[in-house]
Amino acid sequence: MSDKPLPVVEYLKIPDAGDPYLEGYKCGNCGATFLGERHVCSKCGARDQMSTVKLSNSGKLYSYSIVHRSFPGIEVPYVSAVVDLDDGVAIKGNLINVEPDPEKIEFDMPVEVVFKDALGRKDKDGNSYLSFFFQPKS
Amino acid sequence: MSDAYVVGVDMIKFGRFPDKTVPEIGAESALLALDDCGLKIQDMQALYCGNLGQASGMVGQRILQQIGQTGIPVVNVSNACATGATAFREAWAAVKAGLYDCVLAVGVEQMGKGLLGGTGGGKGIPKEGLLGSGTMPAVFAEAGMEHARKYGTTFEQFAKVSVKNHHHSTLNPKAMYQIETPLDQVMNAEMIAYPNTKLMCSVNVDGSAAAVICSEKKAKELGLMKRAIKVRASVLTSDPWQERDLVMPDVNSCTRLAAKQAYEMAGLGAEDIDLVELHDCFATAEILHYENLGLCGDGEAGRMIDDGETALGGRIPVNVSGGLLSKGHPLGATGIANIYEVATHLRGEAGKRQVEGARIGMTHVIGLGSACGIHILEKAQ
Repeated sequence: MSDKPLPVVEYLKIPDAGDPYLEGYKCGNCGATFLGERHVCSKCGARDQMSTVKLSNSGKLYSYSIVHRSFPGIEVPYVSAVVDLDDGVAIKGNLINVEPDPEKIEFDMPVEVVFKDALGRKDKDGNSYLSFFFQPKS
Repeated sequence: MSDAYVVGVDMIKFGRFPDKTVPEIGAESALLALDDCGLKIQDMQALYCGNLGQASGMVGQRILQQIGQTGIPVVNVSNACATGATAFREAWAAVKAGLYDCVLAVGVEQMGKGLLGGTGGGKGIPKEGLLGSGTMPAVFAEAGMEHARKYGTTFEQFAKVSVKNHHHSTLNPKAMYQIETPLDQVMNAEMIAYPNTKLMCSVNVDGSAAAVICSEKKAKELGLMKRAIKVRASVLTSDPWQERDLVMPDVNSCTRLAAKQAYEMAGLGAEDIDLVELHDCFATAEILHYENLGLCGDGEAGRMIDDGETALGGRIPVNVSGGLLSKGHPLGATGIANIYEVATHLRGEAGKRQVEGARIGMTHVIGLGSACGIHILEKAQ
């Protein structure tokens, strides 16, 4: 078992020193940026032009759904959100610290990425995980 | 290349058949389609079988074990919710290419109840409800909310799709449900993923549908042209790159691409289409596809449902079968069931739900991930 939390997805990076961050892969040919490691660009087809970039922790709400029914054991309601980060990458996650009510959620509302424990979920070896969430910018 | 024609087509009444096997369910519609044109399994030169749940289970061969093992080639097809349309298209392509002049396509599915999708799998811990939702109702809710942000489309407008399609299904004896659902009932049903309530989600059912496809020469030889349906266009696309498609499966651009190609292949425009069976897996999705298929201009879909233009009797009736929302959505069967529905109208055999004077119709399915299949059909002259 790891004594430190593990990243919930491989594009969440936890450096030994400094704050966690999200990592993208940017195509040197066309500029498209992807979540997760890859070697070929699916926009332009360029090979071996990818380089890593640290993604912004700031963005805007693009679309969402308020989920009221999910699989057993998953707490509802929650807001499933698609966020456009300021550097042009779209990312999906839970929008927290907002009422799950369409009256209270506005398209393009500014949000920030925050890093927290993954709702107490642990893997079969008992490891804890660090996840990312969106919350309205104060 | 010669034209290809649907000469026989049918579906079973959709329902829940837990005591039957997948090949048994598929065999039923295969026999119905053969009976529809008076042909025998010995007349079929190949079988194209669409099924998702047992994609590695040789379902096509097991159907032949039920209805006649003639040694013909069998191709088993899996392409998410575009599976049935893909099987049909492979059958059509083989006839178009001159490989065969009479083939059978079957789509079949046996579904469980409950939510499909989810951001499961992978290493570590479950991601559902942690990194948003990958359930199908939520994914299609997010796609609908994208339309809402662009054009102000309302929860009520999305809900009206469900009112319409449930109404249509009261006229279709082969639909899973024949129940009217007024607007307040749809909007007040259990919220699954806003803005999709339970009555705005397609019904998980078991079902099958099948079609016999012949070359023009063969159809004429067999004397089957009277009820034959000409395939004016058959198109399959995958999702072209879009900036959000890693987190927001894109059902729009693959549909727009397929529609453009289908109209070009048929030499027709949207104004020539008399009825459409499109992929209303969720009420939100139907709104998107009015625009994606060119049935109205961008931003006009909300007005279109408000004005009743897509209801039976309207300018361009959509999903008069009841659609996936009420007829039901047995994934692998849906693409061919859509073709059955349109063909039945073109033949003037749709009874109470007949679209009067229907001459040309369109079918559309989306397999998330994504695949889009479109067919344009016309009654043979």
